[in-house]
Amino acid sequence: MKTFNYHSAKDVKEASKLASSNSAFLAGGMTTLPSMKLGLASYKDIIDIKRIKKLSGIKVSGKTVTIGATTKHAEVANSKEVKKAIPSLAALAEGIGDPQVRNRGTIGGSIANNDPAADYPSACIALNATIHTNNRKIDAEKFFRGMFETSLKSSEIIEAIEFDIPQKSSYQKLPNPASRYAIVGVYVAKHKTGINVGVTGAKSCVYNDKDLSGALSNNFSSSAIDNVKVSTSGMNSDIHASAEYRANMVKVFAKKAVDAC
Amino acid sequence: MQKVSLEVNGKKVTKEVPDHTTLSGLLRDILNLTGTHIGCDTSQCGACVVHVDGKSIKSCTALAVDLDGSKVTTIEGLASNGKLHPMQEAFKKMHGLQCGFCTPGMIMSAVDLLKNKKNPNDQEIRDWLEGNICRCTGYHNIVAAVKEAASKM
Repeated sequence: MKTFNYHSAKDVKEASKLASSNSAFLAGGMTTLPSMKLGLASYKDIIDIKRIKKLSGIKVSGKTVTIGATTKHAEVANSKEVKKAIPSLAALAEGIGDPQVRNRGTIGGSIANNDPAADYPSACIALNATIHTNNRKIDAEKFFRGMFETSLKSSEIIEAIEFDIPQKSSYQKLPNPASRYAIVGVYVAKHKTGINVGVTGAKSCVYNDKDLSGALSNNFSSSAIDNVKVSTSGMNSDIHASAEYRANMVKVFAKKAVDAC
Repeated sequence: MQKVSLEVNGKKVTKEVPDHTTLSGLLRDILNLTGTHIGCDTSQCGACVVHVDGKSIKSCTALAVDLDGSKVTTIEGLASNGKLHPMQEAFKKMHGLQCGFCTPGMIMSAVDLLKNKKNPNDQEIRDWLEGNICRCTGYHNIVAAVKEAASKM
């Protein structure tokens, strides 16, 4: 790993001030550090935000669950409040990476990285998440822009993610047998205001499948999507799965998710 | 350079290290605790698992400076008064290793599992050890070793 200057920011203001076009914020480091070791990324300054207390923690109100950006996957997975309010979200966190990754990796880091096969982005889409940054609030639908791309500016810091508590929800994924990353992952959530089907792993970026949610809004049962044809357009095709296979798996795992709701 | 103070296996240490030093680098190259192994060096294989403040983490993917003030336990810190930890005994008894390269990480990870779950079943053990890769044993005897340790602890 190439050397850099390490800074531990005491608050969000300081962290934002230290940021430049040649810096990165460090939370769990589960992607940032391996990327730097592999020479895929290098920075002059690494700004650690883990010691900023207000960025960590879980709050449940009547209608929403708000999770601080540096809250670790293991904390979400084990949170009694999350398990009660949105059990599918705690289950998703329990399925990320491995126990040691869950002890370090953070929700803010996951969504800021926006890996096409990451789990949390599908939860943001399905649960109408609002991304709170130090400058503004961003709807999840506008936050995820493309492969490893978000609408965050370079000095902007995610402070918390606020999820709507749905009436019913479930996340089901087909993990790659070796890496355990999602070949496809489908998060179905039924809200008073409508249904979302967040799909990860299938395309270059997470998306809300409107054909599936449209069919489910008339009849919330897995048979309602039997006749929906999931298009192969834009589907990833690689050594793990072809576009046709992924398209079919989106439907299969959407059905599983509806049945598990 | 950054000043890092840690408690490693019960002993307080303070060192000046380059900013990009990982915990695994500090343990192996500076403190000569070479029981912690580096396999993939990118948090896939788990040979470098140690405990930080009671939780298992991959020491190759944590900056030493970032852990300033923490308590670290490595494989060298498990045995006490010359007596192996029950998990180490169980790996020996059940032939839970062949070449031994992954073993320090396997054992540190498995000890953390038993802290959270006293009597895990085969599937729970396999799920927990998902981030620890062994290319020799086929895992069967590792699972048997963790069960044996659970029965003794």
